[in-house]
Amino acid sequence: MAGEVLVKVEGLSKKFCKDLKTSLWYGVKDLFGRSSSHEVGALRPKEFWAVRDINFELRRGECLGLIGHNGAGKSTLLKILNGLINPDEGQVTMRGRVGALIELGAGFNPILTGRENIYNNGAVLGFTRKEIDEKIEAIIDFSEIREFIDMPVQNYSSGMKVRLGFAVAAQMKPDVLIVDEVLAVGDIGFRFKCLNAIGELMKDTAVIFVTHSMPMIFRVCNKVMLLHRGQEKLFTADVGKGIEKYYAIFPSGKQNIVGSGEAHVIDFKFSVDKQTAHFGDTLTVPHGSDLHIEMIVKLDLHIKKAALQLVFWNQEMMPVGDVLDTNLQAFLIEQNQHQRHNVTLTIPKVNFNAGKHAMSVMINSPDFSSSYCRLDNAGFINMTSHFASGAHILINGSWSSSLNKTSHKL
Amino acid sequence: MSKHLPIKVYKRQNSTAVGRLLKDTLKDLWGSHFLAWQLAKRDISAQYRQSYLGILWLFITPVASALIWIILKSSGTVTIADTGMPYPVYAFSGTLIWSILLESINSPTQSTNASRSILTKINFPKEALVLSGVYKLLFNSSVKVILLILFVFVFGVGFHWSLLLVPLALLGAVMVGTALGLLLTPIGLLYNDISRLTTMGLSLIMYLTPVVYGIPKSGIMKTVMTYNPFTPLITTTRALAVGDVPEQWVYYSILMVVGLLLLIFSLMIYRRAIPVIVERLSA
Repeated sequence: MAGEVLVKVEGLSKKFCKDLKTSLWYGVKDLFGRSSSHEVGALRPKEFWAVRDINFELRRGECLGLIGHNGAGKSTLLKILNGLINPDEGQVTMRGRVGALIELGAGFNPILTGRENIYNNGAVLGFTRKEIDEKIEAIIDFSEIREFIDMPVQNYSSGMKVRLGFAVAAQMKPDVLIVDEVLAVGDIGFRFKCLNAIGELMKDTAVIFVTHSMPMIFRVCNKVMLLHRGQEKLFTADVGKGIEKYYAIFPSGKQNIVGSGEAHVIDFKFSVDKQTAHFGDTLTVPHGSDLHIEMIVKLDLHIKKAALQLVFWNQEMMPVGDVLDTNLQAFLIEQNQHQRHNVTLTIPKVNFNAGKHAMSVMINSPDFSSSYCRLDNAGFINMTSHFASGAHILINGSWSSSLNKTSHKL
Repeated sequence: MSKHLPIKVYKRQNSTAVGRLLKDTLKDLWGSHFLAWQLAKRDISAQYRQSYLGILWLFITPVASALIWIILKSSGTVTIADTGMPYPVYAFSGTLIWSILLESINSPTQSTNASRSILTKINFPKEALVLSGVYKLLFNSSVKVILLILFVFVFGVGFHWSLLLVPLALLGAVMVGTALGLLLTPIGLLYNDISRLTTMGLSLIMYLTPVVYGIPKSGIMKTVMTYNPFTPLITTTRALAVGDVPEQWVYYSILMVVGLLLLIFSLMIYRRAIPVIVERLSA
């Protein structure tokens, strides 16, 4: 059953217009003058390619993650796949029932109750009355808002609306599932439930998934396509590599200093083997290398003691490493009357996952009651490794295996 | 299992066979009736739930505009030739049928416009929007018909068997109105000039139609009002309501045939136009 091609996209292109008035006029032209075939493939004034020459195939059981910067053409591609708009070039062949989780609770009327809106939303998604009658209890249970189901939807919180919308949509049994960044609103408990439901749906469908959350991509997708300005930059089954390329699109942040200003980082340099980089530079670090950092810290005279930390952030702006001293305490320096301190730090066997990591230097008072200086993006390390993973760190474990002699049949 | 999966192909529209388009349109029209019903129910109940007078509003508007003309006439401000029936019945039946016509012309554009948010996000049979518009019209019209019958009895016209044909005649009016409105919908969605123009145009056309006064015996107005395609819709329905013989029944029958063909044609155009429009407007 698995393995048949359900989605086939060949040479797909779509153009959009940058100017509303012109766009509407082209709309009128498109309504009437379909025969003007000389315009196919050429851009009219003020038009641009929103999606250009996309090709891929997706089989049952596969999950394609569509990633790219804002405006890269992801949603346009989804709209074409969903049959909402027609391509200008190329064609899409979809086999089987298509379900889309694009906007949950579309068609909800705020004045009507949750129960009434289940029927509306279900009808829009293509259920029959009988199907909804059969499923309504399951829907209410899934949404976990039985208590409020006969209350007007306008009094629902946005999270509750998403719950109800997802609960209805989760009843679909599609062959092809299109998911566009829909779960951002729900609380963690519900997001978890939704992910499980999507996982359940995915077993027997072809899924196209759009999100900016790379951990999510890593968790659910087995293929990724990177779109850049409407073009297909990368289409691969190596999800880790796809995510790495995605991160590489974005420039690193600028240095940023916050805090009371009673302490300063005057110089910052970091090195691996023979390579050295300075303030704001990027250094390539193979997994497992030792990283050396040297910096000059200046403390104002009235500061008697200060506590230093170095924090690593990944591209999702999540802190993945906090470098302390060997006793797992912040490193203390004492005022030396010259105000300036040479500080060196060695981090053995850096084991972060592949990708760019930013370093921040934190200088606080020893009791952490005040922040003297926090220097963000002091420098960047670009981790490389041979293994693609979505985890934050890659650990060199010592595994072993031996013959098991128990005769139990498991 | 995999053998029977439906296949959909999306590509730049070229001249697909008309037969195929017609078949798809009718199939989706039929298949969308639960959705259309659900949407109509949603809109009707939402509309009246937030209103104290509720359904009374369906009566208030046509009664008020008929009342204006009844007062204008009885006070002698305007002189209106004899209409052959109690004037309140004439004026009220006129404004009421006219209001149904107006609503049916506006309905396709309104239903589609109100659904922008789902049109740009979910793929569903778009014919449901038109059909739900028709359901809403039928609901509103049936309430109005009850009021019309009430007027017929109160003003002493009494019962005629032809009264039973009034709903059918109104259905014809709704069909012609929807067909016309649907034809304007694609462009009307792109440019709101269209809806302004139709609103203005129709309020002018009302004076060229025997809504609150009859067709004059002679002159240019006689020709215009006689051949105005809205005229037979009004006169036939009204004649049936009061038990007269509809004079323009031939014109009315031709109009029904043309209306039906136009409706099918407009539905096909509509189906074709929606993707083009969705890409131009986002909600």
